[in-house]
Amino acid sequence: MPKVKCAIIGSGNIGTDLMAKLLRSQWLELVYMVGIDPNSEGLARARELGIATTDQGIDAFLRDPKGAEIVFDATSAKAHRQHAPRLEQAGMIAIDLTPAKIGKFVVPPVNLGQHLEAKNVNLVSCGGQATVPIVAAINRVQPVKYAEIVATIASKSAGPGTRQNIDEFTQTTAAGLVEMGGAQKGKAIIVLNPAEPPILMRNTVYAMVDDPDQAAITRSIEEMVQRVQEYVPGYRLRTEPLFDGNKITVFVEVTGAGDYLPTYAGNLDIMTAAAVKVGEEFAKHLLSKRGELVAAR
Amino acid sequence: MASKDPIVAPRVCDTTLRDGSHAMAHQFTPEQVRAIVSGLVDAGVPVIEVSHGDGLGGSSFQYGFSKVPEEQLLAAAADCIKDKKLAVLHIPGIGTKDELRMAASYGAKVARICTHVTEADICEQHIGLAKQLGMEVVGFLMLAHMVPPEKLVEQGKLMESYGADCVYVTDSAGAMTMHDMRERVQALREALRIEVGVHAHHNLALGVANTLEAIASGATQVDGTLCGLGAGAGNTPTEVLVAVLDKMGIQTGIDVEKTMDVAEDIVRPIMPRPQIIDRAGLSLGYYGVYSSFLLHTFRASEKYGVAVRDILKELGRLRVVGGQEDMIVDVAVELAKKQGKWPPRGQHYVQL
Repeated sequence: MPKVKCAIIGSGNIGTDLMAKLLRSQWLELVYMVGIDPNSEGLARARELGIATTDQGIDAFLRDPKGAEIVFDATSAKAHRQHAPRLEQAGMIAIDLTPAKIGKFVVPPVNLGQHLEAKNVNLVSCGGQATVPIVAAINRVQPVKYAEIVATIASKSAGPGTRQNIDEFTQTTAAGLVEMGGAQKGKAIIVLNPAEPPILMRNTVYAMVDDPDQAAITRSIEEMVQRVQEYVPGYRLRTEPLFDGNKITVFVEVTGAGDYLPTYAGNLDIMTAAAVKVGEEFAKHLLSKRGELVAAR
Repeated sequence: MASKDPIVAPRVCDTTLRDGSHAMAHQFTPEQVRAIVSGLVDAGVPVIEVSHGDGLGGSSFQYGFSKVPEEQLLAAAADCIKDKKLAVLHIPGIGTKDELRMAASYGAKVARICTHVTEADICEQHIGLAKQLGMEVVGFLMLAHMVPPEKLVEQGKLMESYGADCVYVTDSAGAMTMHDMRERVQALREALRIEVGVHAHHNLALGVANTLEAIASGATQVDGTLCGLGAGAGNTPTEVLVAVLDKMGIQTGIDVEKTMDVAEDIVRPIMPRPQIIDRAGLSLGYYGVYSSFLLHTFRASEKYGVAVRDILKELGRLRVVGGQEDMIVDVAVELAKKQGKWPPRGQHYVQL
């Protein structure tokens, strides 16, 4: 079966975990790992696996992209803003794992398949990937007047990218709750906890709904959770949705798959799992378009 | 700092209208702000903090919604602040740089920027912006009891490098003994070039004593609230602190009797409950739990039928940090299920 060639820019924790997942993909073939730090473990691992690498960044990659059509950007918001126009000019599809928010938001169980002609799509944030599905699940039953999420992650799983982008995380995630979750207003909070052993990523979702239909909302949330579990097996509710007047509370916990990152780094795992899912949809779409072209001849 | 050196009079920051907001469930009105700010200004208190208990932008399901938009409280304070300095609290992860800009536009002169005691590097940009906006910056290292002095020094140095003008030893859980306070303030004082400050809570009845220990160890900025109105069992009471410092011959420039009066005549009548060290308040200090969890824990205990101390003890065991109010309900629910008290009132649909 043909695969679509892809590349990763950003050889840090997220990029390296993404690489491990892509190697299992039936639709994507990783041909290039692009970084800027010659000492990075991600580049070393890629070399061991026989994947082309460069530590000269996007310049070297674009000189000879080795057939890559889809590019995953796991760098930073600032870097992606530089990369995006260049990738578009090169005719490549960019899947953005930073909070740069240049392209349309994609959260797989909510709108996968809607933006398959886009040149750039954004994965919101780890908190967004974990909570937008829940808000959407509630909103499809009854309107959510206000959605608020609190993402709590282990200090060890928050790298320099997260720490320098705290505001962007909260603002981009809040926008995701509204644009994709359907809430009329949104707010996002992030808390870092240094406890040892490191805590699993947790997300609390609050939704303000007038006179909520408890049974219908609970069933809707449960169905959505199952759809997320298809690509993030470690995603689960800690207890059933809680009802208190017009306030609905949902506690979500994410255990990572442990591909490269430790299992407590569920926040990073949900990003890479979602990225692969999105990448595969783009790949299938590209292949089917070509299939049609072949058939038409 | 040798005990024979003359003690430098500290600068007092009153945070009735910020830490006190926790005790008021964030229901302060502009009229109350005007009355309290005017009273404090008249008494000569140099720095007055006004914000949601969890800082700018804290109004939320998680921490409690404010009765009135923050901008209105800041405007009311700005009207009455005269030549004194308006301070705001800011916690990256809750509030953003936009809120800092908003506060500066209302004339805030001091930005008190807080992180958990191990996470100073998340506030580099916020300190930088506050300085650019012309504000004095105080860096708060919260729950300072949870780490040894060396770690506090490492994080304090980061805040200093970002441009902070002062770093506070923040006893958010009111869990420090006088020895704990002394060794932390001393360590920071020796390591930093900038000022060192102290924010004490009264959960172990040590609010004033810990503040005095800190001053003797080199702290030159100190916090208090009128009537101790604040999170948990409350803060160091400003009127008591000022009276004690006066008796010790330390000149804060604050009028003791006027401070007593604004506490008794303006604040005490509006307090929803007295600031006492009951079993719940004492548990916060004893188990090392963030003081603002108090009222939320009362509500969860009532809703789920679980004892307050059981919830707080478990939160302490889990080493939960400030901002994690959602964990209170998570723990209460787990305990309720273990204790066979499920489902709670109002929950009609349950998993089978």
